[in-house]
Amino acid sequence: MNNSYVINLQQIKKIYDMGGAEEVQALRGVSVQIGKNEYVAIMGPSGSGKSTLMNIIGCLDTPTSGLYEFNSINVSEMNDNQLAKVRNKEIGFVFQTFNLLARSNALHNVELPLIYAGVSSAERKRLAHEALEHVGLGDRVHHKPNELSGGQRQRVAVARALVNRPSILLADEPTGNLDSKTGDEIMVLFEELHTQGNTIILVTHEEYIAEHAHRIIRLRDGMIEADEIVKNRKSITTE
Amino acid sequence: MSQVIETIMHEVRESFIMALVALRVNKLRSILTLLGIAVGVFSIIGVMTGMGVLINSIESGLSQLGANTFQVQRMPNFRSGNPAERAKLRNISDGRLFTLDEYTSGKKVAILGTQVVKKIFPKIDPVGQSIRFDGEEYRVIGTIEPKGGILGGNMDNFIAIPLTTFFDEYGKDRDIHIMVEALSRETFDDCIEQVRGILRTARHVAPGVEDDFYYFSNDSMIEQFNDFIKYTRLGILLISTIALIAAGVGIMNIMLVSVTERTREIGIRKAIGAKKTNILAQFILEAVVLSELGGLIGILLGISAGNILAIVFEVRPVIPWDWVTIGFVACSLIGITFGVYPAWKASSLDPIESLRYE
Repeated sequence: MNNSYVINLQQIKKIYDMGGAEEVQALRGVSVQIGKNEYVAIMGPSGSGKSTLMNIIGCLDTPTSGLYEFNSINVSEMNDNQLAKVRNKEIGFVFQTFNLLARSNALHNVELPLIYAGVSSAERKRLAHEALEHVGLGDRVHHKPNELSGGQRQRVAVARALVNRPSILLADEPTGNLDSKTGDEIMVLFEELHTQGNTIILVTHEEYIAEHAHRIIRLRDGMIEADEIVKNRKSITTE
Repeated sequence: MSQVIETIMHEVRESFIMALVALRVNKLRSILTLLGIAVGVFSIIGVMTGMGVLINSIESGLSQLGANTFQVQRMPNFRSGNPAERAKLRNISDGRLFTLDEYTSGKKVAILGTQVVKKIFPKIDPVGQSIRFDGEEYRVIGTIEPKGGILGGNMDNFIAIPLTTFFDEYGKDRDIHIMVEALSRETFDDCIEQVRGILRTARHVAPGVEDDFYYFSNDSMIEQFNDFIKYTRLGILLISTIALIAAGVGIMNIMLVSVTERTREIGIRKAIGAKKTNILAQFILEAVVLSELGGLIGILLGISAGNILAIVFEVRPVIPWDWVTIGFVACSLIGITFGVYPAWKASSLDPIESLRYE
């Protein structure tokens, strides 16, 4: 087995007990390997299990059975605190609804993962500034989310996701709440981040968003339906 | 090891800052909640400060009586007679005390307290002058050094005349209070016994029958006062404890609301790496900060209110450090006790569910 994978899922099953004899098999044995600096889209209709898979990859949830190795470390049997640490250091989340702390300014939002990582205040400020500049918001650090546009909020979220230099950037419908123009801007940003060496996993149900990725994994009914390399990649650049 | 302590200190500091931010965001709600605590602490600190001032005033007043002095009187009372009588055992500042001859023959001589001197002889030396009261003329033979007041009263506003003169002029059929000064601390108890014996004989108290008179010393009066204070303190403490528990329930209530409201925030924090303990610490500290701020306000107001007495009685102000400490510790305990459950609830939230919470 190749140990250089960032993510190695082997026969992952997730069964939700709905009470009584009823149970829902959200994932019925998914095996996927994702290497460093890949740009992968996970696609599927609702109910296909893509959210469950994302939660497991993101260490927010643990599989009922199967093996999940993150950077060759078995995380499928970790406890809450160990998972929290992996989420903090190794995974950068970007959500559809941005999920910023509404009452904190951009800088503090970006600082948050560093706080839980135990980074000193001065160092935190420096890194957060750097990350915000990186996503083009160097002049918006003291703005609160409600003083920023949707696109800018998502950029803050990306800065927050990247500030701890995680192994993967895990984005769940990152353009879902944005108009198509700002959505494209975010996709340009992802493209740049990928070029700079980041590993990106994109969860989406929109074909044209998925086509920006290099590889598409299609889920249906808790199984992998297709796992393909995108041949005619839609390269996206700023106009 | 030092690494671990550093990490913990870091987390406490960060949780503290986060708590402050959260409280600032919900200003009105925070203020209303901490008001409950402030009132409870205010009543404790206010009363304890007031008591401290009273004790101060009484002790400083009584100590002017002289440490080895006690007072004998016919009826038990707490008022311990009028202050003028105490003055007899004080130091002469000018002139002299009564002579034995003046005592036995009932001469019309008087010794003045400074307050009286100020009123009657503001400019000239009163010794050798004559004064007239109740239709009789008295020669001033001395003045007594000023002593200030007790409980706002004035102990220098008196005229002393020999007991025999007093009996001649005003009649013998009245209660008198006798002040006795022992030669030293060592002979104090013996002195009391001697006086007791003399008085029992003089008053024809049969052996085995209880004294028909009472005596008080500084110590016994202070002791009585302390008893009174002890029970007042207990009462206030009990009432305030109940008030503080009620305020604590208020804190718990507001924290539970806060946790529900901030479910999404908790989900976000967990998703980006907050451990259970981080969330727990943040919410407990929020409750503690809320409680301590209330406590601080209560303590400041309590000390101010209690010391109004100090201004009234003209004694030095009191800060009851022991009760201030107890107040802060109690507030921390309340914050922790009533913050634990909401904080535990927050820390146990499932991150996936919380992120979906609208």
